[in-house]
Amino acid sequence: MQHGSSSSSKFMGTICGFLRKCLFKALSAGPIPSHIAFIMDGNRRYAKRRNLAEGDGHRAGFSSLMTILGCCYDLGIQHTTVYAFSIDNFKRRPDEVQCLMDLMVEKIEELLKTGSVLDQYGIRISFIGNLKLLNENVQIAAEKAMKATASNNKAVLLICVAYTSRDEIVHAIERSCEQKLDEANAFAGNEEIKVMTGQLDELEVPTSPSNCGVKRVKEVEMKNGNFKHVEQGSHQEKSDDIEKKHKYPFIKLVDIEKNMYMAVAPDPDIVIRSSGETRLSNFLLWQTAYCPLYTPEALWPDMGLWHLVWAVLSFQRSYSYLQKKKKRL
Amino acid sequence: MGSTNKLRGPNCWTAQVGSFSLQLIWHFIHFIISTCFFVLGLAGAIDSYLISSGLLKKYNDLNLGKLRYLAIVVDSDEARQTSKVIKLLQWLSDIGVKHVCLYDEEGVLKKSKDAILEKLSHIRLFEETDEILPLDQKNLNLELASPSDGKEAVAKAANLLFTKHLELRNTTEDHWENIFTEAQMTEALRALGCSGPEPDLLLVYGPARCHLGFPPWRLRYTEIVHMGSLKSMKYGLLMKAIYKFTLVRQNYGK
Repeated sequence: MQHGSSSSSKFMGTICGFLRKCLFKALSAGPIPSHIAFIMDGNRRYAKRRNLAEGDGHRAGFSSLMTILGCCYDLGIQHTTVYAFSIDNFKRRPDEVQCLMDLMVEKIEELLKTGSVLDQYGIRISFIGNLKLLNENVQIAAEKAMKATASNNKAVLLICVAYTSRDEIVHAIERSCEQKLDEANAFAGNEEIKVMTGQLDELEVPTSPSNCGVKRVKEVEMKNGNFKHVEQGSHQEKSDDIEKKHKYPFIKLVDIEKNMYMAVAPDPDIVIRSSGETRLSNFLLWQTAYCPLYTPEALWPDMGLWHLVWAVLSFQRSYSYLQKKKKRL
Repeated sequence: MGSTNKLRGPNCWTAQVGSFSLQLIWHFIHFIISTCFFVLGLAGAIDSYLISSGLLKKYNDLNLGKLRYLAIVVDSDEARQTSKVIKLLQWLSDIGVKHVCLYDEEGVLKKSKDAILEKLSHIRLFEETDEILPLDQKNLNLELASPSDGKEAVAKAANLLFTKHLELRNTTEDHWENIFTEAQMTEALRALGCSGPEPDLLLVYGPARCHLGFPPWRLRYTEIVHMGSLKSMKYGLLMKAIYKFTLVRQNYGK
């Protein structure tokens, strides 16, 4: 009897696997996203609804993550990013934060065992965020995982830990400044490092609503280390001239983008946030200009294949519109 | 040789038929989905009618206390229909929203600023130096934004921080960590005139639910809602979106 039921469940499993393959083949007739980002929201609510311990909600969330990742890689989606832990989450109770950190270390160790999903799909892991804010054991585990999977090249999993978009932007600016200083030092040979007087000539600033056209800020003064802008005339000077005057190369938008944590992957094609909340919560704010947000009501541990399929179908619906927008850039 | 060619023929033919069938299935799936969206659209229109006629009581008394700052992203092609934009602003003013930021990714709205202000007498433009002041009943505070207030402004703010570092580098104290902070960035953006308040709610009028480059520094905890195209905008659905927003509860990461 038992033998019969196990073989029938095996049979059902095979049928489901076959149907899933057919579904993915049909979806692949249209454009498939190359990068999906997930905000894994709702683990604590899931635990509460089922009267589980809070940690069990996060564990259930991890299983759900593995399922979804499997679906993504089967469908041919090469890059996946997950928002595992925000810098804002450090505000939670210390025991909860510790529990999450311990769970992360545990799951990293589990994933690094041979035969896990990482090997199966050839996934390279990258930890994205201000890792210095994490405990040392988490940092070590993260480094270990990145090193162990560095040679995998079939798919990429980006795990955002101790991450917020604002922190990412500030960090990118900091790195850009360091690079510009290095550039200038290398060029000037360390002898002619002139101190800037604290005045920027004719920096073009965007329109303030009260004036037509572009407002020119003649001076941005530094008083006691504070910025103060003083409006004057409308005389224009080109950025290259400014650059020559200051003897330091200006930071451009491309420099900042190059130094973002997320520069290791293309911009996401869809952001999926579970549990029906409709905000990004400081996640990939820079990278999601042309990236639709999809917010199913299901809590993260309840997310599965069909939510992913629906997200991909929505992506396919707006694909040609967004391609047109991106081409105009 | 001849036999392999014969084998290749049917294989190739099968592959082509297979590929064609998949395309057909794909188009069929999307046809079904489009039909579902069409039906949902009709339901939305009925809902909107019921809301705007005042029959659904819960929408009649919106608690706008939570909605301190509303942002609207309009697809640039649609933003060219200035009459629609004006109508939308009129509706927002009627609902009682006091502070609105309008954004589009090509700066079309900024160019139509005069046309907008001409038609709506009780709107005044947001001065960046203003704090959110309480306004009298009729006035609506309007900000117009474009990509130059977003990523480009961040690049300029970066240069201000760089300048500050160079200014202070000859002092003895170690100031690097005090310059490259989020607070300093916000201050630098304010100095450039690109720092409006963070919106509580962002309504997207366009084919897809994307913020199309709205200033990323200001979007941290903003609720993003898709309203469909500007062409088919409805007063009732606008009220519904605002009402739903008033029910949201955020933890801000806690």
